[in-house]
Amino acid sequence: MQNKTIAQLAADLRLRTYSSVELTRHYLDRIERFDPRLNSFVTVAAESALAAAERADRALKAGDSGPLTGIPIAHKDIFCTAGIKTSCGSRMLDNFIAPYDATVVEKLAAAGAVMLGKTNMDEFAMGSSNETSYYGPVRNPWDESRVPGGSSGGSAAAVAAHLCAAATGTDTGGSIRQPAALCGITGIKPTYGRCSRWGMIAFASSLDQAGVMARSAADAAFILDEMAGFDPRDSTSADVPVPDYVDALDNDLKGLRIGLPKEYFGAGLDSRIAASIQDAIQEYERLGAEIREISLPNSPLSVPVYYVVAPAECSSNLARFDGVRYGHRCENPRDLEDLYKRSRAEGFGAEVQRRIMIGAYVLSAGYYDAYYLKAQKIRHLIADDFKRAFAQVDVIMGPTSPTTAFPIGAKMDDPVAMYLNDIYTIATNLAGLPGMSIPVEPVDGLPVGLQIVGNYFEEARLLNVAHRFQHVTHWHQAAPKGFE
Amino acid sequence: MSLDRSDLEKIAHLARLAIAPEQTERYAADLSNILDLVARMDAVDTAGVEPMAHPLHMTQRLRPDNATEPDRRESFQAIAPLTEGGLYLVPKVIE
Repeated sequence: MQNKTIAQLAADLRLRTYSSVELTRHYLDRIERFDPRLNSFVTVAAESALAAAERADRALKAGDSGPLTGIPIAHKDIFCTAGIKTSCGSRMLDNFIAPYDATVVEKLAAAGAVMLGKTNMDEFAMGSSNETSYYGPVRNPWDESRVPGGSSGGSAAAVAAHLCAAATGTDTGGSIRQPAALCGITGIKPTYGRCSRWGMIAFASSLDQAGVMARSAADAAFILDEMAGFDPRDSTSADVPVPDYVDALDNDLKGLRIGLPKEYFGAGLDSRIAASIQDAIQEYERLGAEIREISLPNSPLSVPVYYVVAPAECSSNLARFDGVRYGHRCENPRDLEDLYKRSRAEGFGAEVQRRIMIGAYVLSAGYYDAYYLKAQKIRHLIADDFKRAFAQVDVIMGPTSPTTAFPIGAKMDDPVAMYLNDIYTIATNLAGLPGMSIPVEPVDGLPVGLQIVGNYFEEARLLNVAHRFQHVTHWHQAAPKGFE
Repeated sequence: MSLDRSDLEKIAHLARLAIAPEQTERYAADLSNILDLVARMDAVDTAGVEPMAHPLHMTQRLRPDNATEPDRRESFQAIAPLTEGGLYLVPKVIE
């Protein structure tokens, strides 16, 4: 059952080949069997999953079902779920049970999807390897001594090992696309504002966006159809109509103009990854696309700009964790300041504390213009590069990550080396554009991701471009050994 | 950019983080390395460039000033570390 696409599972459920309860039990059994090796789940919500599956079965019986009715999925542990712990990968929220559901959770539940549990992640989504989680690292199912990428590493590993049909993720600087690449799955980060941020624990509010991690573009389209859309509760939600993503999947690619930014193929990219990406580009030429070299001259600045903008916004967002209203509180505080300082120092891990301090520093008196304002100006230049590029091409392609999955522990002592993992993904977040990663030919048995970036609100085109490639290739069907 | 122990202590205070003395130097070194990475921005001429605060250039939406949310004090305070009579408790601030 776990090898089937969402469309096949939905068809089987409608024909009553098996029930949603049986399907849910099957996935729960797989999680119990295989997840001790991967650590991809923080919380398994068996009881509520089976109750949701029963409701789905009643809806299916009554003929009142949609494409996701009864389909078992997982949510990144950054989305609030009423009555079920939402940890955000942090000791700070180890005891936090949200009093409400995030809009994304609510919408997928309303569509009949069954939530199996909450997936592990880098603490407060700050990391590119899933090693900063309070709950320990997630292991990559393709090689359990390696990282799955991050911050949505639990969702990526769970989807890759077929422990759920699909999962949600969030992407602030590459946190959907990079783990999707490292785990050999399909991930889409929609345009900023496309999916509601309400109930999604904030990291950097001008960059954060929810998206989908799935085994194919078609599966992702079914999920995104239900997730996307305007939400009055999110003040930055985009009031832009949502097209039918599934409908657009099969559009012809003849004449599609693909731009290859020369900055994404320079020094620092593993030559074998470059070869895999070039092979995929040739496949697109056979599908009728035209290839053009383009330039994103300011993109090398995206990492420095990001490490001002994201920490600045994080220091502001994470000021709410004060040991007073919810979350971790230190023992026997001497006074209010001691309560704040010790609760936060005990509740947050080292990477979160580093970023809060960088943010406090760049926003402090005397430094604002040199850091934050400067970064916002270069952010504008980076966004303008994309604007010029999209006047000439329909989509931009390149590698998602400069390397394949690296060994657990390899980069933990060097924050800057870790940050450079996101060198190809961050510019997209700074500009607010949608981006995807899809699997192409592996290198030494480890997955490689092709990144596809589109113009604002062109998720339908991205999914279409990814789907046509997956129609003529089989990389997305490869599964790691040992999880049968 | 090189931060020393006293810079780090000032930043930690601004961020309301109790950094243990034996960790101060390590954090100062990490933050200095991150600021070196950030310093690559200095080479860019940004004269006349508008700062970009938001990717979609949207304006903030407004709504009528009516109460739309129900009172959920009890469910919100149920997850608080310490409350009494509907109030959040903290150490004494005023003698």
